[in-house]
Amino acid sequence: MNIVIAMPEIFLLSTICLILLLDVFLREDCRMITYLLTQVALLATALLAYGAMDGEKTTGLNGMYVRDDLAGVLKISILLLTFVVFVYARKYLKDRTIWVSEFFLLGLFAVLGMLVMVSANHLLVVYLGLELLALSMYALVAFNRDDGRSSEAAMKYFVLGAIASGLLLYGISILYGLSGKLEFAEVLTYVSSQNVLENIPLLFALVFIVAGIAFKFGAVPFHMWVPDVYQGAPTAVTMFLGSVPKVAALAMLLRVLAESMGAAQPGWAQLLLVFGLLSVFLGNLIAIAQFNLKRMLAYSTIAHMGFILLGALTGTTEGYSAALFYTITYAMMAAGGFAILILLGREGFEAETLDDLKGLNERNPWYAFIMMVFLFSMAGIPPTVGFYAKLSIIQAVMQAGYLWPAVFMVVMSVIGAYYYLRAIKMIYFDKPEQTAPIQAELDFNILISVNGVLMVLLGLFPSALMGVCSAAMVASRL
Amino acid sequence: MLGEYLPILVFLAVGFGLAVVLLGLGLLAGPRRPDAEKDSPFECGFPAFEDSRIKFDVRYYLVAILFIIFDLEIAFLFPWAIVLDTIGVFGIVAMGIFLTILIVGFIYEWKKGALEWE
Amino acid sequence: MIPLSHFLIVAALLFAISIAGMILNRKNVLILLMCIEMMLLAVNLNFIAFSHYLGDMAGQVFVFFILTVAAAEAAIGLAILVVLFRNRRTINVEQLDAMKG
Repeated sequence: MNIVIAMPEIFLLSTICLILLLDVFLREDCRMITYLLTQVALLATALLAYGAMDGEKTTGLNGMYVRDDLAGVLKISILLLTFVVFVYARKYLKDRTIWVSEFFLLGLFAVLGMLVMVSANHLLVVYLGLELLALSMYALVAFNRDDGRSSEAAMKYFVLGAIASGLLLYGISILYGLSGKLEFAEVLTYVSSQNVLENIPLLFALVFIVAGIAFKFGAVPFHMWVPDVYQGAPTAVTMFLGSVPKVAALAMLLRVLAESMGAAQPGWAQLLLVFGLLSVFLGNLIAIAQFNLKRMLAYSTIAHMGFILLGALTGTTEGYSAALFYTITYAMMAAGGFAILILLGREGFEAETLDDLKGLNERNPWYAFIMMVFLFSMAGIPPTVGFYAKLSIIQAVMQAGYLWPAVFMVVMSVIGAYYYLRAIKMIYFDKPEQTAPIQAELDFNILISVNGVLMVLLGLFPSALMGVCSAAMVASRL
Repeated sequence: MLGEYLPILVFLAVGFGLAVVLLGLGLLAGPRRPDAEKDSPFECGFPAFEDSRIKFDVRYYLVAILFIIFDLEIAFLFPWAIVLDTIGVFGIVAMGIFLTILIVGFIYEWKKGALEWE
Repeated sequence: MIPLSHFLIVAALLFAISIAGMILNRKNVLILLMCIEMMLLAVNLNFIAFSHYLGDMAGQVFVFFILTVAAAEAAIGLAILVVLFRNRRTINVEQLDAMKG
C-alpha cells in the first residue's frame, strides 16, 4: 500500500478537519486563531513535501499515487504561494465585513485538491483532485453573499467549469475504452503502441481531454469565464484564483498529456499550438481595450497562459522546465499585482479601474515602485523575471522547430507591453484622484516587498529557480 | 427454478402479516379523537391542494442540498458491505476514515445552524 | 447481446443533447444544471459500457466517484443559484449580464 507517499496530503486533510471542528466551537472574535492555524498547516505541509523529495520516483496506493521531485517542487510552490496569498487576503477580509473562516477553510480544501492533482498517477485521481479544487473555487467566488456580481460570476464559473469537467471526463472515458487502463504508465504503454495521427478514436479522445485542460487554463477559445470571474469575484479570491491554481493546471497538463500520453505529443501539440497562439493574440489585444484593471489582468492572464501552453507543447525537457518556471513566477507576480489592488481598496471601496492607479507614486512611492516591478515583469521587460521567463519559453519553442510561432510571440509581447506601460504611466505621471492614505500591517508590507524584490532578483539570477525546475523534470523523466 | 423464489414469497407474507398486525393493533388499542386538522390529507409544510406551480420556500432547497451530499455515501456503503468479508480490517478502517470525515462535515453544518428550520 | 457501439451512440447522443441544451437555453439557469447532470450521465454510460465489454471493474468504480462528485457539484450549483436569486431576483440566463468587455 505504502500510504507514506501521500503523507503531506494526509497531514493536510487531518489538519483541515481539526481546524474545521475547532472553528465552529470558537467565538466570533477568535477568528485570528483559525487564520494562524491555517498558515501553520500550510507551512508544515510544505516542510513535509520538502522532506519527501529524494530524487526517486515512487508510486504507491495501488499505483494511483506518485511521489517524485516534480510533485515536490509543484507542491512546495503551491503551498508557499497560498501562504503569501492568505496574508494578503487577510487585509481585504478584515477591512470589510467578510472576515469569516470559511475563506481559509475553502482555500485549504482547494490546496488539498491541487496537491492531489499534482501527485496523481491515475486518471481517476486527477479527476478527484480537480473537482475538489474546482468545487472549493466555485464556493469561494460566490463567497461574498450580498454581492450580485460575485454570485453571477460564480454561476458562470460553475457552469463553464462543469462543462470543462464533462469534456475532460468524456475524453477520459473514450481513452479508457481504447486502452482499458486508467493508470498513467499503462495508458502510456497503449498510446506508445499506436500511430496517433492515424488512430481516429484516440485523436477524438485527445481533443476532448485537451479541451478540458485548456478550459481549466482559461486559454482561447475556452476563455469566456476568465474576465467575468476575475471581475466579479472579491479581489482576495481573484488573487487566489489568478495565481495558485495555474500551477495545478500546469501539473495536470504535465501529468495527463506529457506523462500518460507523451507518445501522442504530435497529436496534442497541434491543438496546444492553436490554443496557445490564439490566447497570446486575443489576450494581449483585448486587454488594451480594458479600463477595469481586474478585467485587464484577466486578459493578460489569458495571454500568459498562452505562453505556458506554447512552452509545454514542445514536448522537450527544456520546454517543460520553461513552462514550469514561467508558471511559478507568473503566479508570484499575479499574486503581488492583485495584492496592490487590495492595498488601494478599503471598506466600501474597491480599487478596480485603471484610474485608481493614478498618482500612486505621490501617495506612496514604495508601493508604486513595487507595482511597477510587477507590471514590468508581466510585460517581460528586463531585468525582471518576466523577461527571462518569456525568453526561455521562446528559446524552447524555437529549439523545437517552431520558428514562426516564436516570432509571433515576440511581436505579441511587444504589443502587450503597451497596456502595462500605460498603467505605469498613470502611476508615475498622473495626478492622484484619491487621497486616502494607503497602509497595511507589518507582515503584509514585508511580504509584498520580498515579493517585489524577488521579481528582480530572480530576473538577475534565474538559474536558481530554473535549475530546480529542470532538475525536477529530469528526475521525473519528462 | 420456481423454488428459488420461495424466500421472496416468505418475505412478502411476513411483510404483509406484520403490516396487518401493526395496523390492527393501532386500530384496537389506540385512542381515537379526530379533528379537522387530523383528518386532512398530510402534506409537509403547506396546504395539500393548491396550484402545483407555487413557489417553494427556499429552505426546502437547503435541506435538499444537504440531503444529496449525505445521501450519496450509501453508494459507497453498499459495495463495501458486500465485499466486507474479503477486504477485512483494511476495509473497515478505510470506511471508518470515510465516515469520520462525513461526521466532521455533519458536526460543522449542525453547529452552523444549517439544520434549524426557523 | 447489445453491441458496444449502441451504448456509445446513445452516450454520444446524450452528450450532444446536453451541450445543445446549454447553448439553446436562454431562459432558466436550472435547465443548465440539468444539462450538466445529463452530460455526466452520458459519460457514466460510456464508462459502464466499456467496463462491461472490457471485463474490467475500474470503469464502474470511476462511475461511483463521478456520481458522488456530480451530487456535490449539484449541491454547490443549487447553493450558488439560491444566492444568485436572492441578490438579483432572477435566474434568467439572459439577464446575467452585469459584466461586459
